[in-house]
Amino acid sequence: MPKKVRIPTPLRKLTNNEELVEVNAATVGDAIAELQSRYPGIQERLVDEKGEVRRFVNVYVNEEDIRFLKNQQTPLKDGDEISIIPAIAGG
Amino acid sequence: MKALKCRECGREYPLTANHVCEFDFGPLEVVYDYDRIKKSLTRAAVQSRPKTMWRYRELLPVANDPTVGLQAGFTPLVKADRLAKKLGIRELWIKNDTVNYPTLSFKDRVVSVALSRSKELGFDTVACASTGNLANSVAAQAASAGLKSYVFIPSDLEQGKILNSLIYGAHVIGIKGHYDEVNRLCAEIAGKFGWAFVNVNMRPYYAEGSKSMAHEIAEQSGWRIPRHTVVPMASGSLLTKIQKGYQEFIKLGLVPETKYAVHGAQATGCSPISVAQKAGLDFFKPVKPNTIAKSLAIGTPADGFYALRVMRDTGAAAEDVTDDEIRDAIKLLAETEGIFAETAGGVTVGVAKKLIASGKIPRDDSAVLCVTGNGLKTLDAVDGHVGKPREIKPSLREFEALLVNEGKVNA
Repeated sequence: MPKKVRIPTPLRKLTNNEELVEVNAATVGDAIAELQSRYPGIQERLVDEKGEVRRFVNVYVNEEDIRFLKNQQTPLKDGDEISIIPAIAGG
Repeated sequence: MKALKCRECGREYPLTANHVCEFDFGPLEVVYDYDRIKKSLTRAAVQSRPKTMWRYRELLPVANDPTVGLQAGFTPLVKADRLAKKLGIRELWIKNDTVNYPTLSFKDRVVSVALSRSKELGFDTVACASTGNLANSVAAQAASAGLKSYVFIPSDLEQGKILNSLIYGAHVIGIKGHYDEVNRLCAEIAGKFGWAFVNVNMRPYYAEGSKSMAHEIAEQSGWRIPRHTVVPMASGSLLTKIQKGYQEFIKLGLVPETKYAVHGAQATGCSPISVAQKAGLDFFKPVKPNTIAKSLAIGTPADGFYALRVMRDTGAAAEDVTDDEIRDAIKLLAETEGIFAETAGGVTVGVAKKLIASGKIPRDDSAVLCVTGNGLKTLDAVDGHVGKPREIKPSLREFEALLVNEGKVNA
């Protein structure tokens, strides 16, 4: 069953300008791998050489930062929405 | 300005409204031609210009003459002898941005730059995600520049900060959530609407405005960098820009190269950066904020990583203070120096007190404290903690009785 991933503007060149992409993955980490299989090159934009989510990339599942959940092991259920958002400055 | 450049990988981008490296999401930063700037930006040139932040115009990212916020900056650097005595340090100075123009916080600096640049890029609508002070400044300066504005704030902000945005006719959107959630929403909105979001797509220009605080401190200290500077940290951006401002002055030969430290201050209820610094880490763990210092309540600080690096490189320390310590410090600053700071100012003064007490700022040294916002905007934070007026009838006898009661005069 599909989960939705919101693709941020800087990555839409890789997704043929798709803003919302559906995946079937069971975890956030699997979702990134699934994106990579469909849109080659997207994985290295999101995770570093050690496999960690990059320092300036924030990933949310249903509006909750995955660092408050189980990071890339965060489980996904049907209808979940993943957002990928660059870290931004304060105010 | 030469280009925008990714702080992580060094890829360069044109000078448009863009804040993120397409490759690794690293923040983009403005690159300058310092060799060229060195020729025009001399001490004499600076001193011949009006006393505003724009006297360092070559180091601010606008292509032409600025058009918004022409009176911002050049706030007083106040010698704080009475506070110095209380904190037990030889010399103390307050960089007093509680009286910045037009909206009484250091955000007037960054917004002046962001809106001047937004106009250059042809925008007619500006926006921001804010903990309050930024919203006030965007709302006011957009009004005076004839721009439309949308400001997004956590809905539980201090009443003063909410009214201070509404009064200017800005579209004020209260988000039911904390600042990090406002921020995330704004990142999504910014990708969708063609607006100049001052701290999203305009961030590279916006953030540079903070440097002027360091430039002014150095000039007002007699063209030298103070041994210690204490800076409040929310996203960590201001601290990194204070460091950049000092470094630029050294590079341009405007000040001698000396040893200095830029210390960071947070509220204990939202202290991801100071906790990491004290543990010796070079990364931080995001937190859910719970503090009266709402202007500093950013649990996922975007520049936290770079702030930690600046503190490490300058041999500086970080510290944090509780809500009670924040209130006590606000009162101490008011009672000793006659300066009424908002909660963030209480954080800075409270942390300075701790750093002096622990010897991290030695007692025989000199320090500058960056006080970034005005207490009139966060009255809620001190209400109920500063006593009440005593009420009497308009009668001399009642007043004399009151003084006797309080032991001020003998019966």
